[in-house]
Amino acid sequence: MSLSAEQGAGAEARRVMTICNACRYCEGLCAVFPAMERLAVFSDPDLRYLGNLCHDCRECFYACPFTPPHDFDLNVPRVFAELRRETYERHTKPAVLGRAYRRNGLAVALAAGVGAVLVPLLALVWSDPGVLRSASTGAGAFYEVVPMPLMVGPALVLMIFACVVLLAAGAGFWREIGGCASVSLKSLGVATVDALRLTYLGGGGSGCSYPEEGLSMWRRRLHHLVFWGFALDLAATTVAAFYEHALDRIAPYPLWSLPVVLGTAGGLLLALGTTGLLWLKRRSDAIPTDEGTVGMDVAFLALLWATSVSGLLLLALRETAWMPTLLLVHLGVVAGFFLTLPFGKFAHAVHRYLALVRHAVEEAADEAG
Amino acid sequence: MQGGPRGRTGEPYDVVVLGGGNAALCAAMSAADSGARVLVLESAPPALRGGNSRHTRNLRYLHDEPTRYLTGPYPEDEFWEDLLRVTKGNTDEQLARLTLRASRDVGRWMERHGCRFQPSLRGALQLSRTNAFFRGGGKALLNAYCQTAERSGVEFEYDAEVTDVVFDEGPLVSVRLGEQREIRAKAVVAASGGYQANRAWLAESWGPAAENFIVRGTAFDTGLVTRALLARGVRSVGDATQCHAIAVDARAPEHDGGIVTRLDTIPFGIVVDRGAERFYDEGEDLWPKRYAIWGRLIAQQPGQVAWSIVDARVEGRFMPSVFPPLEGASISELAERTGLDSTRLQATVRRYNDAVRPGRYDPTSLDDCSTEDLEPAKSHWALPIDHPPFRAYPLRPGITFTYMGVAVDEQARVLLGDGRAQPNIFAAGEIMAGNVLGEGYLAGLGMTIGTVFGRIAGEGAARVALG
Repeated sequence: MSLSAEQGAGAEARRVMTICNACRYCEGLCAVFPAMERLAVFSDPDLRYLGNLCHDCRECFYACPFTPPHDFDLNVPRVFAELRRETYERHTKPAVLGRAYRRNGLAVALAAGVGAVLVPLLALVWSDPGVLRSASTGAGAFYEVVPMPLMVGPALVLMIFACVVLLAAGAGFWREIGGCASVSLKSLGVATVDALRLTYLGGGGSGCSYPEEGLSMWRRRLHHLVFWGFALDLAATTVAAFYEHALDRIAPYPLWSLPVVLGTAGGLLLALGTTGLLWLKRRSDAIPTDEGTVGMDVAFLALLWATSVSGLLLLALRETAWMPTLLLVHLGVVAGFFLTLPFGKFAHAVHRYLALVRHAVEEAADEAG
Repeated sequence: MQGGPRGRTGEPYDVVVLGGGNAALCAAMSAADSGARVLVLESAPPALRGGNSRHTRNLRYLHDEPTRYLTGPYPEDEFWEDLLRVTKGNTDEQLARLTLRASRDVGRWMERHGCRFQPSLRGALQLSRTNAFFRGGGKALLNAYCQTAERSGVEFEYDAEVTDVVFDEGPLVSVRLGEQREIRAKAVVAASGGYQANRAWLAESWGPAAENFIVRGTAFDTGLVTRALLARGVRSVGDATQCHAIAVDARAPEHDGGIVTRLDTIPFGIVVDRGAERFYDEGEDLWPKRYAIWGRLIAQQPGQVAWSIVDARVEGRFMPSVFPPLEGASISELAERTGLDSTRLQATVRRYNDAVRPGRYDPTSLDDCSTEDLEPAKSHWALPIDHPPFRAYPLRPGITFTYMGVAVDEQARVLLGDGRAQPNIFAAGEIMAGNVLGEGYLAGLGMTIGTVFGRIAGEGAARVALG
């Protein structure tokens, strides 16, 4: 074997893609391989594009006759996962945030821990510690425990910061992969549908090879639960903000109010989805897995899980003496989530969507001849 | 290695299948569908299971209507003519006709057993009407078949190298794995492939040249079962001096390089031996019709090595290669890189360039770009080699499969020397493909033979075993 495996995910990805491009048996599996065939040479940006287009469904790994112990030692899912981490790091500014992708599980756990401790501490310093024992249940009860400025202020600042960092990273990635200004509405539509439907976790109707070789739809289903759970929770928060600021209706809201219904549904979906995905991850085949990505995935899922479960507990026990404690825990976890948003797994949504857009643009160009 | 519980306790299996590729799995699934207790003995470890089927990607079958994956009908007459053409009549018409007819709409049976098809690959559109492509290729098909078989209760044993098959007029067959182990069965299906990975055996026909062959497929097709059956009186079929071999990159791994080590550069330039001399018409006919002769041609050259030499003019006209070419700004620099004699290589290229006559270059048809007064001639696509950088790919013969195997009847039972069929020994796949494909090659036909005879053998074996 005279193909050298140099250092770094880019060099390895180039080696792997050169072999894949001479084989092409995987052409029908997903978007990555048709995209690969359009490339004559594999530049670093193009490889990062392919890496982010990959959904880690792993069908190609099990279909490949050149996986270890074969001399060629092909492992497409693993090298692409590595490449994605490198891409996130490269485009996340300031650079110190980007470096968090190197040991992301640890970084996210530490930052989330700080958030989770800091918020309750601040709240206890700020307000009367007595409220922890004397829970009230009427309107404004939450703000007796954590004053409104403390609850809303940091969250708002962190969220805006996260959005700016993620959008900047996306812009950098889009420029790098040669994203053009002239994206047709149709291509955007195709990419959006593929993202929302998780088309490439569907294996053309049979599911993907995750956690193991056998095809299964569970990864896709559970991801849907997480996505829609997250979306519902976001909607609940938005409606609640509207109630509070436009309608002057102060939380907590009744059980059948819109924010609570949306939030409960979202929380349940999120709790189920993240539990399931963590379970799948535990059982997943180690060989096509990039070890460095596991920490990132688990930290992100665990935070989402803790957010949803603490929220549901708070709802269930909001009229008991546990309310103040649970509120502090929940807000702490949420603070941790927002704090880690700009340098964690969330980046995959931005990068993969942009890769799907470029793919849709190229497909449309192919069809047009 | 221990066998399954029944193997240990000595109670015979209904059907033992020797091999783990397409034919073996089709036989195992069919036997299990018929209610038999089945054991599959695969000589490879799980990660390398599946024989040469790992490297396949489609199969050819009769169909009267287009399907979601096949763009048009493929009737029996056309299939038969295709087979006659490539084998030059070197086929057993009865078995061949049986193969074609039994392949009718076999895609449905395959889908019921876990196969998933996809439209033809972009690079193989010429097969889109006749051949159905497996989604993800042959290994994905094997994975699906293994899962289906396991769900039907078929037992698998890996790293299980069968060294002998002992049978007589009695009801039981003894399958030997080395000196120590014996597994008994009421019927056996031999689906253990060809013997192209057995260099000692190849050397019997090819001499020491066999040492320099690259085996394109599995390292586990050693032909031990074929040997054992022939030694015990089963009749052979097919020519032992024949094999399917193409030109592959000499830097390919010794085994299992599969499709990616092939080189399609030959008609775009010239090919020289290690003495820097041309030895055959590189433009004799369209490449799909000629690529399969180049394995033999290179095998006949000293050292079983050759160099394909092209220039920058034809860049991008062939499938990308896995291995980068050796490159030189001049022919002498290229000679230095390749170790070829510089003076002789320059002379060969000059002689060739001088002999090239102008014409209209068209790589898709037999164009009129040819050489004049050159021996050997280049009949088509002859362009001067004068656009630097010059590039060279080292070539070796890459053996795909062998033709010799065991003779079978229409029920896939092996035939003995006196023409009688052995009622409890069946054969399917490459081990008996020579009955149908005596020479030549037809894309996807090996998988057809394996699927059709695998099913016949599996059903027949189950019938014998279950009485």
